Amino acid sequence: MSSVPTRVLPSLCRATNLARSRSSPLARTLLPRLQGQARCYVSSSGKKNAAVNAAVNVDIQNRAIDTQDFVNKTGGMKPSEMSIGNGLTADAMMSPSAGILKQATIMDEGTRPIYLDMQATTPTDPRVLDAMLPFFTGLYGNPHSRTHAYGWETEKATEEARANIARLIGADPKEIIFTSGATESNNMSIKGVARFYKSKKKHIITSQTEHKCVLDSCRHLESEGFEITYLPVQQNGLIDLKELEAAIRPDTALVSIMAVNNEIGVIQPMEEIGKLCRSRKVFFHTDAAQAVGKIPMDVNKMQIDLMSISGHKVYGPKGIGACYVRRRPRVRIEPLISGGGQERGLRSGTLAPPLVIGFGEACRIAYEELEYDHKRISALSKRLSDGLLAMEHTTLNGDPSARYPGCVNISFAYVEGESLLMALKDIALSSGSACTSASLEPSYVLRALGSSDESAHSSIRFGIGRFTTEQEIDYVLNAVKQRVTFLRELSPLWELVQEGVDLNTIEWSQH
Amino acid sequence: MADTAFRARSLYRNLLRFSNRFAAYNFREYAKRRTRDAFLANRGETDPGRINEMLQKGLKELQVVKRQTVVSQFFQMDRLVVEGQASGRQTGGRGDIVRQKDTG
Repeated sequence: MSSVPTRVLPSLCRATNLARSRSSPLARTLLPRLQGQARCYVSSSGKKNAAVNAAVNVDIQNRAIDTQDFVNKTGGMKPSEMSIGNGLTADAMMSPSAGILKQATIMDEGTRPIYLDMQATTPTDPRVLDAMLPFFTGLYGNPHSRTHAYGWETEKATEEARANIARLIGADPKEIIFTSGATESNNMSIKGVARFYKSKKKHIITSQTEHKCVLDSCRHLESEGFEITYLPVQQNGLIDLKELEAAIRPDTALVSIMAVNNEIGVIQPMEEIGKLCRSRKVFFHTDAAQAVGKIPMDVNKMQIDLMSISGHKVYGPKGIGACYVRRRPRVRIEPLISGGGQERGLRSGTLAPPLVIGFGEACRIAYEELEYDHKRISALSKRLSDGLLAMEHTTLNGDPSARYPGCVNISFAYVEGESLLMALKDIALSSGSACTSASLEPSYVLRALGSSDESAHSSIRFGIGRFTTEQEIDYVLNAVKQRVTFLRELSPLWELVQEGVDLNTIEWSQH
Repeated sequence: MADTAFRARSLYRNLLRFSNRFAAYNFREYAKRRTRDAFLANRGETDPGRINEMLQKGLKELQVVKRQTVVSQFFQMDRLVVEGQASGRQTGGRGDIVRQKDTG
């Protein structure tokens, strides 16, 4: 009789030890159940039973000590409350010798160029990164998982992000479709609408100054048998509403006009175009990558049916964008990507929660800061354009009033734009859109405005954003003035102009 | 009343102190400027509910600044060309001694 417990007990002890070492909750649930059983093979009076209990107690105490230790180490603060930094100011951090001296900050010249190309992309706001980081580390659930908490928490956060984006453009959260960027949104809208309604409608209207991805999507549709009208623009970069009205036909499916031009910054008359399209029962798509978060946009006021938004133009992360697709009256599009049916089946594929949440946070900040940023950017822009236009033979491209101030496109006559860009190595600038910056072709947008080849070649775009400072603007003004004067001094054309010769009257010898 | 004024001043000082630790010039200048402008714009606020709400928001921003300054210190870039424009005499205050480059 007494041999039974001695045989059982070691195996029981081994089992509990094993369970404790692998996962302690199991040990905790296992033990009371065994003790509570009426038929217990372990004798209640034995010393060995106490040993099992004691082992559990020690374990719990050890764990308590562990947490205590952690709290001691962190000073009882949550990780977010800790100051891990070395407490040095940024000036001192940059200069190692200043770090040794503790007191002194030696201000050496830096070599990194000033960033003034905000139309190409914007720096990620630290607040956006702060919102994204948890979703890169601990919260990695798939937002489409409905069966566990990992999925729920990311889904909740992505839905909040969606609501923030919708609020910025005055839409309903259900009307926001996440994509990989404005290029995908543009493709989705233009090809999607055209293909869905192709049995009845075969005509699309766009303008000559659109972004390459819109023009290329249209070219692609042309090969599928659609007819495209490329509306010309006026000298100031705006489209003529009368021309647009004349171009709309009974079989027109879509009008696609961008809100803010990426190269010259002009703002097209959105409300008027929206009204016209609604009255003629044509869908209105706008590429608002450069507009959202910078100027007030309201899809209902402007009667926009489809809108493309980009994350990295509103100080958000790259690789994320959104497409607004109106629900009432419903716009139907054929999806480009088929699959699991996420995003109302219009864009299948798992969402990228960190990017989506960063984008949402960027839109929340943009909504709150729109007025402040706009006021500040306007002031900086005025300072820059006043200074640059004070130089002789410089012109501002695009309409002087209907424009987003953060984009200043200026032509410097008698200076080659690319050589000026080379001379301005300490400033990150571009002569046009980033997509075409590799080629030496003059910008097609400026050509569409009717600028001559020379003028289009000599244009430079200055992009001002949330993080640009007055000091930077002053530096740029000074640098541009110096280098332009220097380059002009080298130019024989400039000499002729100074002598009062009209360059158009010169007959260049052929060779 | 005096209590909220004290809390606001303390928050303001903390925000500026931590903003100054951003390694990136543009973020540092923005953080300082935005803090200053936000406090200046709301200096005349009298509604206690609103003051509390804004103090809470400020505290949240302070946490973000604290975390992000640390992150920015991990990934430092070279200085911008505009930095180092500042010059002047040694004043002896902590962190604000500025020497011109060509001292020798």
